[in-house]
Amino acid sequence: MSDEHLHAPTGAYALDALPDDERAAFERHLRDCPACAQEVRELTATAARLGLAAAGAPPAGMRERVLAGIGTVRQLPPEVPADPAIPGAPQVRAARRLPRLALAACLAAAAAFGGIAVWQHQVADRAEERADRSVAEAAELARVLAAPDARTASGELKDGARATVVVSRSRNQAVFVASGLPELPSGKTYQLWFADGGTMRPAGLVGADGALLMRGEVGAATGMGVTVEPAGGSDRPTSPPLAVMALPA
Amino acid sequence: MRDPVRLDGPGRGGPDLPEVMARVADGDQDAFTTVYDAVSGPVFGLVLKVLRDPAQSEEVAQEVLVEVWRTAARYRPELGSVTTWVMTMAHRRAVDRVRSEQAAAERERRTARRSHTPAYDQVSEEVTVRLESEQVRRCLRTLTELQRQAVTLAYYRGYTYREVAAALSAPLGTVKTRLRDGLIRLRDCMGVSA
Repeated sequence: MSDEHLHAPTGAYALDALPDDERAAFERHLRDCPACAQEVRELTATAARLGLAAAGAPPAGMRERVLAGIGTVRQLPPEVPADPAIPGAPQVRAARRLPRLALAACLAAAAAFGGIAVWQHQVADRAEERADRSVAEAAELARVLAAPDARTASGELKDGARATVVVSRSRNQAVFVASGLPELPSGKTYQLWFADGGTMRPAGLVGADGALLMRGEVGAATGMGVTVEPAGGSDRPTSPPLAVMALPA
Repeated sequence: MRDPVRLDGPGRGGPDLPEVMARVADGDQDAFTTVYDAVSGPVFGLVLKVLRDPAQSEEVAQEVLVEVWRTAARYRPELGSVTTWVMTMAHRRAVDRVRSEQAAAERERRTARRSHTPAYDQVSEEVTVRLESEQVRRCLRTLTELQRQAVTLAYYRGYTYREVAAALSAPLGTVKTRLRDGLIRLRDCMGVSA
């Protein structure tokens, strides 16, 4: 790949205009490219100026709500030891043993932290990368986990990897939590599917361990599957599934 | 208190807020109030620009501001100004909200995109005109048409570069490059350093 190709995404990255998979790939590249990192810092600061130019008056009452809100929010400590091997595993155990709300809080915290690392990419590591997929998604994800009708199914993938699916039929959404996923060669990605009768609907890409809000609605799906696909995903599975799980009713 | 733009770093006539952030990181709620007053207008305005829906925008803006409190200790001054840090979070959250909703309504979105295509130029124009900062407006005018449309659709609409390419009927590689050289031109025009 030429330099031009590698550096070209700095603008799209600074504008949050890269799709998740390309974003993750570019963040990996950034760790080894100080010149790109510098350019990203400058272009991110430039994008922020575009944001400042859009300033508007917040609605009445927002100040009071936020100031009252922080009184109940615990602050995160400055340093987080990054051990890529660990984060997934406790989450899956949590899915089985802890109340759902506790799990939701853990996941939201993990994702929120990752979100901050998005532009402070020098500290990016695999754990943050997967967590930072989206901060807003974490809130969405937490709502699924906290839904009164959330139901869980767990299964083995292979090589000791485990997967848990949490389904809320009322929200029509599902969360996929993986741990111990073997790293794939470049150009490959894990892809999730909803199984509707005999057909498989794409439900998002998974790069590594962690929790992910599955794309699309659960709808009438009775099962879900995981396959390995070319980077960017496929419209329909092109390889035999690593796992197929029945979704809780 | 409505002059938040001045707070953005060197050359804009005011100090940034790193020392205040250090106090926020120590749990100082008064210090947080200072940061809140500095950034809440820009945060809400940007989120509203991207999401359009005021109720949803307030929800997202509140999440961002609470996040500033929660993660204050993770702010690293050597990597950029407080406002850049906060605005980056705000934009990311707004965009994430847009994309998660798009994923849930992919089909409708495609339809909407088709029916709205003719209006893009107008939208981009309107976005530019409504901006409060004279400097940003002036600098946006120095871009080529394609650069300006690509940058504004990506940033103010939360489009991926692929969506920008579809909207402008331009090749993917071209759009990626225009986003970069457009931002570089804006950086130079606004004298941004990092």
